[in-house]
Amino acid sequence: MSVAFSLPDARWRAAEIAFWIATGLVFFVFPSHLVLASQVLITGLFAVSLDLVLGYAGIVSLGHAAMFGTGAYVAGILARNGWGEPLSGLFAAGLAAAAVAFVTSFLALRGEDLTRLMVTLGISLLLYEAANQAGVWTGGVDGLSDMQVRDLFGVFPFDIRGRTAYLYTLAVVFLVFCAARRVVHSPFGLSLRGIRESPRRMAAIGSPVQRRLVVVYTLAGAMAGIAGALLAQTTQFVGLEVLGFSRSADLLIMLVLGGAGWLYGGLVGAALFLVAQSLLSRLNPVYWEFWLGLLIVLVVLLARGGINGALTRVSARLGLARRQA
Amino acid sequence: MTAALRTQGLSRSFGALKAVREVSFTLEPGARHALIGPNGAGKTTFVNLLTGALPPSSGAVYLGADEITGLAQHERVKRGMTRTFQITTLFPGLTVLESVVLAIFERKGIAASLQTRVANRTAEIHEAIHIIRELRLERDAGSVTRSLPYGKQRLVEIAVALATRPRILLLDEPAAGIPAAESGEVFGVIAALPREVSVLFIEHDMDLVFRFAERITVLAQGSILAEGTPQEIGADPRVREVYLGDEAARG
Repeated sequence: MSVAFSLPDARWRAAEIAFWIATGLVFFVFPSHLVLASQVLITGLFAVSLDLVLGYAGIVSLGHAAMFGTGAYVAGILARNGWGEPLSGLFAAGLAAAAVAFVTSFLALRGEDLTRLMVTLGISLLLYEAANQAGVWTGGVDGLSDMQVRDLFGVFPFDIRGRTAYLYTLAVVFLVFCAARRVVHSPFGLSLRGIRESPRRMAAIGSPVQRRLVVVYTLAGAMAGIAGALLAQTTQFVGLEVLGFSRSADLLIMLVLGGAGWLYGGLVGAALFLVAQSLLSRLNPVYWEFWLGLLIVLVVLLARGGINGALTRVSARLGLARRQA
Repeated sequence: MTAALRTQGLSRSFGALKAVREVSFTLEPGARHALIGPNGAGKTTFVNLLTGALPPSSGAVYLGADEITGLAQHERVKRGMTRTFQITTLFPGLTVLESVVLAIFERKGIAASLQTRVANRTAEIHEAIHIIRELRLERDAGSVTRSLPYGKQRLVEIAVALATRPRILLLDEPAAGIPAAESGEVFGVIAALPREVSVLFIEHDMDLVFRFAERITVLAQGSILAEGTPQEIGADPRVREVYLGDEAARG
């Protein structure tokens, strides 16, 4: 078959393999920064989940923290009440977050973009206040701290330097990422892109658009819940901010920085955002957000499509140069 | 023989405006039927009522012997009725091949599948290539739709519609906005469709209508003004009046 007739295949590219090897090398190269590295992976997974919803299916959301926070609280509450086994806790958190996503999808998927932004934002605010009120379970503003997370596989304790936490997080994030990758390359993934491009045309070729959106919203909800549970288990703490507005808003920024509709955009964006945050706040603990703001404005204005857009353009230009040479 | 598609007293109002009123219309199997009428006659609204994009205020739609008035748009597509759009409504960021493959996936009911990978679905890809070749779009198969010239996009409209394997094809001004020289090409494709496909098309260019239609319905102010063969319609003084308006009356 000629080039014109080929579709993007699902084989792992060299750059992808290199990316994951690099995340593994972090363990050896930055042994004193594993806590930050775990945060990057967890937030990255959370952003990948938003990418499925926003970048692929075109659903805008300012309330993705609703599912992240649900997962974090479920894992936290389980671990505080004697169910400290991490893997089953992760599973339960994913299920609970999927259930929240499924139920709220019928509200969140109505209407156009602005309606969706407001409804998703509203839902996450509702959950935030609910968690604030249910202090007996959640610890309210003080947070939920007396978690008893058991050793991983009954063998590896979660140590203070975050070594177990990092490897555990990396393994879970990689596996969930593979699942997301599979979704993207499946016929279902193509239909999501079709919906993003034109819901009207999708309906006209016989697609039950609303049902597809409910499915992807629920799937992404499970992923966000797993990310939330990872945060709870590895930090042994859940604060109200897991459901906060700025968690949803920062997530959107990260995804735009990294480039939406690419899967890796979430991971790259989270890394860029959190590392920049960490470095800038060390340089200037009060005004660091100024530089972060500047970075965001520059990337959005100068590098359309985020890091992914910039990389694509650079590689296209290199390719052109090579051909001319 | 039962009609391929039939409406009974179909009406639709937007507030005080009666866009479509009491239209009882029949599309025969294998028809090459044109729907014409001046701007604002309700042609596109009528198509939207047929496809289920809009619910009617009153009246009924029948596909073959079955009433489908209450069916959702995607369920009507599953039953073999597909439309194209007057204003190009494609997947701007997908390639032509992806767009056609997607429509085939939807038809075969595998578009919700997570089990397989798009690139491995060789049967569907081959079928898509076949459709793309028929429309002479093979050189553009790998191009992103939004990068194609407008005339090509009108052909992609038809390719995506054909991929659903319709028994009834509703074409809303398939040659709208493309130069006259190329519009013949679009209609050549339509004329070459097998007779199992019943075609209803909206068109403003009377040359094209009289060349390709075997039956014509004239819509004016939301209701059927006249219906007949091209000869009958061409000779109908009421139709001339609607089209030429005051000029003819004065002349």
